[in-house]
Amino acid sequence: MSDKQGRGASVESGTGTAMSGTTKATLSRRRFLGDTLKTACGAGLLGLGMGTYSRQVESTPAWVIRPPGALPENEFSGACIRCGLCVRDCPYDMLRLAELGEPVAFGTPYFIARDKPCEMCEDIPCAAACPTNALSHELDVIEDARMGLAVLIDQEECIAFQGLRCEVCFNVCPVQGEAISIEMHHNRRSGKHALFIPVVHSDACTGCGKCEKACILEEAAIKVLPMELAKGLVGEHYRFGWKQKKVAGQSLVTPDVEHQYNLPEGVTYDFNEGGLKLPPKKADSSPFSSNPLDSLKKLQNQESK
Amino acid sequence: MAAQEKTALGQQANEKKGWLRAHKWLILRRISQLSILALFLAGPLFGVWIVTGNMASSLTLDILPLSDPYVMLQALMSGNLPVMEGLIGVVIVLAFYLLIGGRVYCSWMCPVNIVTDAAAWTRRKLGLKVSSPFSRNTRYWLLGLTLILPPITGAIVWELFNPVSLMFRGIIFGMGWAWMVIIAIFMFDVFISQRGWCGHLCPVGAFYSLLGTKSLLRVSASRRDQCDDCNDCFVICPEPKVIRPALKGADKGIGPLIDEMNCTNCGRCIDICDEDVFSFSSRFKS
Repeated sequence: MSDKQGRGASVESGTGTAMSGTTKATLSRRRFLGDTLKTACGAGLLGLGMGTYSRQVESTPAWVIRPPGALPENEFSGACIRCGLCVRDCPYDMLRLAELGEPVAFGTPYFIARDKPCEMCEDIPCAAACPTNALSHELDVIEDARMGLAVLIDQEECIAFQGLRCEVCFNVCPVQGEAISIEMHHNRRSGKHALFIPVVHSDACTGCGKCEKACILEEAAIKVLPMELAKGLVGEHYRFGWKQKKVAGQSLVTPDVEHQYNLPEGVTYDFNEGGLKLPPKKADSSPFSSNPLDSLKKLQNQESK
Repeated sequence: MAAQEKTALGQQANEKKGWLRAHKWLILRRISQLSILALFLAGPLFGVWIVTGNMASSLTLDILPLSDPYVMLQALMSGNLPVMEGLIGVVIVLAFYLLIGGRVYCSWMCPVNIVTDAAAWTRRKLGLKVSSPFSRNTRYWLLGLTLILPPITGAIVWELFNPVSLMFRGIIFGMGWAWMVIIAIFMFDVFISQRGWCGHLCPVGAFYSLLGTKSLLRVSASRRDQCDDCNDCFVICPEPKVIRPALKGADKGIGPLIDEMNCTNCGRCIDICDEDVFSFSSRFKS
């Protein structure tokens, strides 16, 4: 548009020169340049403000979960046109568009797991409705969605850690047994019971939020977090010997010299979790009991007769 | 000029043509704007799903996709191609506005137009006369800005602020604080800048102006020889600059067609003129 303005002004100043000398032309040119600079300056400042604000808005709160297939937040803000088609196509009505004043980029779709989690429709209607690729159309199987990752974040409050049987999160999980499994640990408080601890596996968890919704505590102990908050990453140079050994089929370093134990005859040591192994007991191989009390009892019995 | 001082704005037209005929296009525009909102609201309010989505992108009767080319262009500028449905939607909307005039969007679809028209009405009733501190070209600067920001930031920045989509989305999906922005625009138009938002600043309107540069449907001052210089059309027109060449350019050999991209095809000049100088026409008729 500045082109057009520029052309207009030069024509104006041209005729001005022809008519009444240079004064009028200089004035109109000066005014034109001044106005243009003023507008450009204003637009620039406005742009700076808007641009900075938009960067700030990208730092979405952790409780905001995007619909399945959503691009990473920094790409999402450039692809989502805030049309709300995903919201309308959700059969469970759990998606909403951020209203002005909410701490979420205005007009973008999200859900809160604790209010209404994703029901993981097989045909993923929300992503299919997206007219841009903000919700990726490459997501074919809902189990591949990674809306976030469930994390059992408060192990002090989770009652499973108190030794109580709960496992509600495990039971409601739509990818049951894969995304959350229950693992048994020794209960050191009672000394004789087990703790049934829910463990989330990132290779299967879709971040649907069902576990967070179902958690029986006042405030959920298991929460869906954005991937980048929830996941750690081991250094690329890291190699785990036992995994490498499995891949290669043999140890990649010089094998350790097998440790020699001075064990009683017949006793062995199993390195693969078995530990100390006693030779099988031969029944009645000795006339004497191994328990010295037995002979005492025998003696008593004889006396009482 | 003298005539305007004697009679109130539009009084002549009311007397000569009757109120209804003197407001024909205004009424039709309001019906158009409100029925679009009603179509979108029928779903969430009454469970009658005719159109889903909003003006950025919508789906009518599960078959017709429509997408706002301006929003899609912003997405494109930040490096995101639309999918097929989005692309089809853009093409349909583009074709529509190329044909009937880009700024038909402003006067026949946009809900903010109702607000700024109300502001203009209030201004006239209050007799406030302050010219705008902004040039009418400011909107094209802002349009440029809204298209430069996406490639720099990677985000569709303007849609965080855009009062047009803000109001439409607010009505359909929930207002939040958006009503304050709507009031702000009203106040801005009444007290700070005459026709300030739609006529000077709005980059959405600027985009659609450019879209309608060569549109088929145009208002024409076909009976300009009948003009009695009452000045009503200039007062009521949201873009008064567009009228003069067509209405007064007979001596300079300028045709009666209002061939200006900023004309919104709102038809208020047709309504207000008691001499029926203006009428809807097409580019090829003249």
